[in-house]
Amino acid sequence: MKLRGLILGLCAALTLAGCEREPATTGGPAVIRRLTEAQYRTAIADIFGSQIVVASHFDPILRTDGLLAVGAGRTAITGSGFERYHALARSIATQVVAPENREVLLECAPANAATADDACAKTILKRVGRLLYRRPLSSEEIDGSAAIARDATATRGDFHAGLAYALQSMMESPDFLFIVENPEGDTLDAFSRATRLSFLLWNATPDDVLLTAAEKGDLDQKSGLTKQVDRMIASPRFKDGVRAFFSDMLSLDDVANMQKDTVLYPAFTLVAATDSREQVLRTLTDLLVTKNGDYREIFTTRSTFISTALGLVYRLPVTNPGGWSKIDFAADDPRAGIQTQLSFAGLHSHPGKSSPTLRGKAIRELLMCQKVPDPPGTVSFDQFNDPNSPNRTARQRLAAHATDSACAGCHKLTDPIGLAMETFDGAGQLRETENGERIDTTGELNGKPYANAADLGRLLHDDPAATSCVVNRAYSYAVGRTIVSGEKALIDALEKAFAADKYRFPALIRRIALSDAFLRVSAAPPTTPGREAKL
Amino acid sequence: MSILIKRDVPRREILRGMLGGAAVSMALPYLEIFLNESGTALASGAPMPLRFGTWFWSMGHTPNQAIGADPKELTFLEECKSLNPYKKWINYFGQFNSPLDGRPNHVHQTGWIVIRTGTAPVKSSDIPAPTLDVLVADQIGKGSRFRSLEMSCTGKAQDTFSARSTHARNASEVSPVALYARVFGPEFADPNKAEFKPDPDLMLQKSVLSAVEDQRKRFASKLGAADKARFDEYATSIRELEQQLALQSQKPAPADACRVPTAPPDGPLGLELPVAQANHAAMTKILTMALACNQTRVFNMAFNDALSFLRRPGTANTHHTLTHEEPIDDSVGYQREAFWFNCRVQEQLASFIDAFEKVREGDRSLLDNTLIFAHAETSFAKIHQVDNIPIMTIGTAGGRLKTGKHIVGNGDPVSRVGLTAMQAMGLPLAKWGTGSLETGKTVTDVLV
Repeated sequence: MKLRGLILGLCAALTLAGCEREPATTGGPAVIRRLTEAQYRTAIADIFGSQIVVASHFDPILRTDGLLAVGAGRTAITGSGFERYHALARSIATQVVAPENREVLLECAPANAATADDACAKTILKRVGRLLYRRPLSSEEIDGSAAIARDATATRGDFHAGLAYALQSMMESPDFLFIVENPEGDTLDAFSRATRLSFLLWNATPDDVLLTAAEKGDLDQKSGLTKQVDRMIASPRFKDGVRAFFSDMLSLDDVANMQKDTVLYPAFTLVAATDSREQVLRTLTDLLVTKNGDYREIFTTRSTFISTALGLVYRLPVTNPGGWSKIDFAADDPRAGIQTQLSFAGLHSHPGKSSPTLRGKAIRELLMCQKVPDPPGTVSFDQFNDPNSPNRTARQRLAAHATDSACAGCHKLTDPIGLAMETFDGAGQLRETENGERIDTTGELNGKPYANAADLGRLLHDDPAATSCVVNRAYSYAVGRTIVSGEKALIDALEKAFAADKYRFPALIRRIALSDAFLRVSAAPPTTPGREAKL
Repeated sequence: MSILIKRDVPRREILRGMLGGAAVSMALPYLEIFLNESGTALASGAPMPLRFGTWFWSMGHTPNQAIGADPKELTFLEECKSLNPYKKWINYFGQFNSPLDGRPNHVHQTGWIVIRTGTAPVKSSDIPAPTLDVLVADQIGKGSRFRSLEMSCTGKAQDTFSARSTHARNASEVSPVALYARVFGPEFADPNKAEFKPDPDLMLQKSVLSAVEDQRKRFASKLGAADKARFDEYATSIRELEQQLALQSQKPAPADACRVPTAPPDGPLGLELPVAQANHAAMTKILTMALACNQTRVFNMAFNDALSFLRRPGTANTHHTLTHEEPIDDSVGYQREAFWFNCRVQEQLASFIDAFEKVREGDRSLLDNTLIFAHAETSFAKIHQVDNIPIMTIGTAGGRLKTGKHIVGNGDPVSRVGLTAMQAMGLPLAKWGTGSLETGKTVTDVLV
């Protein structure tokens, strides 16, 4: 058994599917990505401890080709955004050197707290800087930071106050705020490798073990790389990486902006909205990591977790008030799959009513990677012009809408899927009727009929577009850019390998992390937009 | 495309900082003893500080219910009747078109992007050129503590209509509490306080920024051309913050109209109409004093989002869905509910103007020294029409604009209005816009 595992491991390390060789790829450009809010917060917690308060909001990143991870590679820092980074860095540095934290967070103390101590300052700055910049600091960089600390100590008459300015400058540096990838020929250098791995697997800055492996050259060897990838996947922190990926793929950042009319949906609260994000991430990590289950079951799973706030929305009893309760719906319950949860059914609805169109569009675009065209500018809404319209349900209203040929093409893509979910109202609560009329949830997807949302989930489970989508998104997320044409054969191979692995998500991520393609970069310079025009 | 006017620049303009920031204007005093007799300029001859801002609303107007048809007279009809008391400050621009040169009309996006950039976007997420407020801020925003302030009453920081490029958008403040803390928090120096003691921390913060700038230069030296351009914004940000610190280390010039407002109470955020109205009122109050206290000279206020998710509590439909799905009531000839929302939006614009009018600088109003560029993203939302999108300029821009006019564009490109506003703000632009939107023609009827 052990021998078989070893062979399989070697096989996976060398190939993508079976023992065929990994397809040749061109690689894409090295990318400079701005840290996302989650990455920034995690870095500060990892380096200084979770007691440090990161009190700020961050400039939003524009989702590009389906992912914030791709948009981060094109985002600039605006004036107001830098102003916030400046204030935040100041606040964090002040907290780090505060009397209640310094003994735990700083490895040395000055001989005299009122005067400079270069040796102690350099020791601290060298260690912290290595973690912040995700690489060792040059002696010039250490000396420069120590000089800031020394000068500020002289002004303030306080070693720790002076040290804070040096730490602050590090946290405003582009070396911290941007994930920098340095090519070495057609591949990445050791620290860029460590960084890509760490953000893919943990959504975190590389830890000391990984940086040490990079320093020793271990990441330049397949065996060393495999050892680190397996260590990181075995770690509980791998769940953080999985959560970050699905937060991005499912646009869960939008949950923070989910609004519902509390008159129409009195059970809906901001706590419920926040918990809905946690619900879907718990559902996914439980299925995909803890149970190492089949990815396709995300569309059919009847196991989930609910909080007290969500129990009120879903009208379900909670067994663990104040915490999270595991719940398994009955086989005939329409609540199956993540698409029936509040973070999906509610998020892709209007504040006061459901929206089959928005839900259908979200399933197509987020879960199947299919682009639904934007609505035409010349759309006609004349069919809504009958004040005595008999259309009481969404199905009837949308059927009227689809009579317009300009609208019909796109609505055919979205509405049938969304109508299957109409027994979930705008806040994701079960219902059987709309305006007194029984809701019809039947339809067909790709010629296959379904009776309701649970049935639709089964069709999504079997749809190759869904598994292809997660492979494409995972690879794009891993390399932080759009997939290039020279990687198409690799993606095909990854899709086959995903099937061969019985759609195990950790296996997919491991294959990506260990592929040559993951570390390959093209010679072409990065193409990132800047100022298009200047006066 | 922006083309610079090649001409001799008068000394007076140099004093205003007209050369792309080569000369940086400082906060100027305008207590009456410093003003000339008419209050239009300082006794020294330097002009009063000039401000520029935008006010965005979505869903346009109800046809035939907003503005009178007679171009000889500016008449606001029922939907905009709340603006009538402020007619003397307003120019209304109608019948200007948005030729897209075959590019798609991305509903609720293309219209505002065309108006603000003079260019039709290819994709709905594209910001194909800097928005005009950014260009104006490049010109006049550098001498104040904040280059510009962006605010949105929608609860979403992403609801911003100000951007340098697609990936450099100026996020909005959405909470009055956060806006207040940013402007009038501990780092605010009251310009009218007799005593001024510079914070010794400012010098140390400057050394921090100096170190960051050194790191940025090292960092930039390794970048390719495309990324270098992207990091220009970072360099600019550092410089602007250094300028902020430099300003904070000097005694601010007295500001007659400056009254530090009271801190707003914490409240809900979002697009329930009463919530958005309350946040608009609170942020407007902070903004007018931020201007009066010389904290910024450029601002962007968005009352609703481009898709207008405004709603009345307890109702299923949003303002947006009503514009499409509500039947036209034949007895009045329009959609009653959508019209109701449009009226409420214009009331907010009226309240915004009112707040500016009431701030007195010498014997004049803040509106005398301001140009507010207000516009929608569509003309008739029901059909996503991008021609004839309503635009208003409000205020005289330091006496550079005639007001009270109804300008009919007769199908001319809408970029003419943007170019006019930017020229009024002193930008030396000869042409602006791309494709069929490129124009060198201003609306001379309103320029002094």
